[in-house]
Amino acid sequence: MISSGVIRAFLVISVPAVVVLSATVTASEENTEESFFSELPVEMHGFYEVRGGYRLRKDKYEKDMSIMENRFQLDLYSYLDWGDIRFKGDAYGDLVTEQGYFDMRDANVFLRPLDYMDLKAGRQILTWGTGDLVFINDLFPKDWQSFFIGRDTEYLKAPSDAAKVSLFGNWANLDIAYTPRFDHDRFISGERISYWNSNLARLAGQDAIVHTDKPNEWFRDSEIAGRLYKNIENYELAFYSYRGYWKSPGGQTPTRSQATFPDLNVYGTSLRGSVGKGIGNVEFGYYESADDQSGRTALINNSEMRYLIGYAQEIGKDLTMGVQYYLEQMLDYGRYKNSLASGPTRDEYRHLTTLRLTKLLMNPNLRCSLFTYYSPSDEDVYMRPNVNYKASDNLTVEAGANVFFGDNPHTFFGQFQNNTNIYTGLRYSF
Amino acid sequence: MKSVWKVALFLGLASPLIAAEKPDVQTIVSRANVVAYYQGKDGKATVRMTITSKQGQKRLREFNILRKDVTDGGDQKYFVYFQKPPDVRKMVYLVHKHTDKAKDDDRWLYMPGLDLVRRIAASDKRTSFVGSDFLYEDISGRSLDDDTHELIRTTDKLFVVKNVPKQPDSVEFGYYNVSIDRKTYVPVKMEFYDKKGKPYKTIESAKIETIQGFPTVVKSVVSNLQTGSKTEMEFSKAKYDINLKDSIFTERYLRRPPREAIR
Repeated sequence: MISSGVIRAFLVISVPAVVVLSATVTASEENTEESFFSELPVEMHGFYEVRGGYRLRKDKYEKDMSIMENRFQLDLYSYLDWGDIRFKGDAYGDLVTEQGYFDMRDANVFLRPLDYMDLKAGRQILTWGTGDLVFINDLFPKDWQSFFIGRDTEYLKAPSDAAKVSLFGNWANLDIAYTPRFDHDRFISGERISYWNSNLARLAGQDAIVHTDKPNEWFRDSEIAGRLYKNIENYELAFYSYRGYWKSPGGQTPTRSQATFPDLNVYGTSLRGSVGKGIGNVEFGYYESADDQSGRTALINNSEMRYLIGYAQEIGKDLTMGVQYYLEQMLDYGRYKNSLASGPTRDEYRHLTTLRLTKLLMNPNLRCSLFTYYSPSDEDVYMRPNVNYKASDNLTVEAGANVFFGDNPHTFFGQFQNNTNIYTGLRYSF
Repeated sequence: MKSVWKVALFLGLASPLIAAEKPDVQTIVSRANVVAYYQGKDGKATVRMTITSKQGQKRLREFNILRKDVTDGGDQKYFVYFQKPPDVRKMVYLVHKHTDKAKDDDRWLYMPGLDLVRRIAASDKRTSFVGSDFLYEDISGRSLDDDTHELIRTTDKLFVVKNVPKQPDSVEFGYYNVSIDRKTYVPVKMEFYDKKGKPYKTIESAKIETIQGFPTVVKSVVSNLQTGSKTEMEFSKAKYDINLKDSIFTERYLRRPPREAIR
């Protein structure tokens, strides 16, 4: 079993390497015969990357190796008279799971059928909202696992299979994103990251992988998200609504054997613009947990109010700082407490602050950044230091860490303490 | 003689003629500013920057730039679509430039991998533009109100204007001289001096072409004498008065650039 797994891992790693070699040849041809290549209707780009990382603490539920992969991304883009076509996919060999994967990140067409209308249909990355690594009204799928194990920040956004219609008017603009079948987060399941399991009342990992019962039927289990927005003198005002499901598990089946994604509706608003010497933003969202509006059901998340205020400014030469304060308020908190049988409870208010420092050096081929989440109510911290150096136009080297600590094993970031890891990566882009 | 002047006035030629004779320094810098940054009411170009370090290592930047003037000599909008290097490909940088001193420029960056529209908080305009030896201010133009101007020399071909910052603490230079072509008002050379009066940086217009009647610097070179690095900037496919819509400089086109920017 093990040997076949290793062989498979070897195969999935060597195949992209062959592909990248041929791609490199193509890329160098592009330089010498640019006129020929630019005549082609397809633009081809991508990268080849190796990335490895280890846990800094012993985690009895997970491997010591937190990330070890070879990744090849191919990005094909063509613009024709009637619209654009895009394919972007990653093939990677993963030595932690000993498997090869193909992750299609973009496969879509873009059309501009009317002067006031854009349409993008297919697999795509979708983002809106004003938070910096804090999301309220962006209910598009996230990949928390990639985020915590040290993949590029780009992988925090998981793709949606959706159609996005945008209408542009003099009074305001409207985006509607329709996802015919629910796209959940790539959430923490215990496969790569150990977590607090409330049923077992202890930390768990590969011994208790979260199994889910997810809404999975086309068109019936759909999501719809809307954004109505307007730019008023470069102050960006937006209203949002969402009808779908909790994106990461927000409940359990009555037997507690499976995690569920209960119904969720979100209504929110945001404003962003210049304040003093920097940029300020505020955002608000009401999370209506539609399957448990009274808050009496212990097995389903209660409704919440979420608030965010942020500010970013340049504080020195090539040095910027961003601060945010985020508040999550559980509604019907008394009923939540009464419904719980035992175990640690969540706080009614979860306070979270973030601090981002980014310094550019060496004109500016070297980027040093530190993003820190700190919750005074949960008494936990998550730090993301990263150093990224562009050795040449094509070659980038980076190193970083994901550092978790907390006073309690069940809090949002505290539960990930044993997953504290360092990583390094090398990427060749073409 | 009198009637000749009448004809000239009628043809609208009078003002340049008179200006060419004895323009004051304010007129010279205003005209040079318009020639350098406000040709036509809008325009586009493909820009290629080659950055060569002291050690000889080369880095390449390539982007398409769209510009639209809100008012001549005043506010402008820029749309920059990156094509090279690969890690910034398809990124879009949008600027609403404000000449009003009380108002910072509004700047956005679109990151295609995340489908993310970010507002840029950085307000310091005297930092490197995309890692080159050009500064943001060299690309978008330094406000004329930021300096006092003095005409220090007039030759057969050039006006030489010395510019001294009104707020010396806000910039890294002591002063800079600009040599302006007397006929076309194209700035042909800028020489920056440090606080001690030692030259440390030059920007030269290496090649000038007339495109649709507008004299255009199609190749300029900045040399940093302190770091030993050099950046060559070449303009190609330059076109003026292409009737860019206002809507191009909004979030819609940030997320999905117009054809004018991709090609």
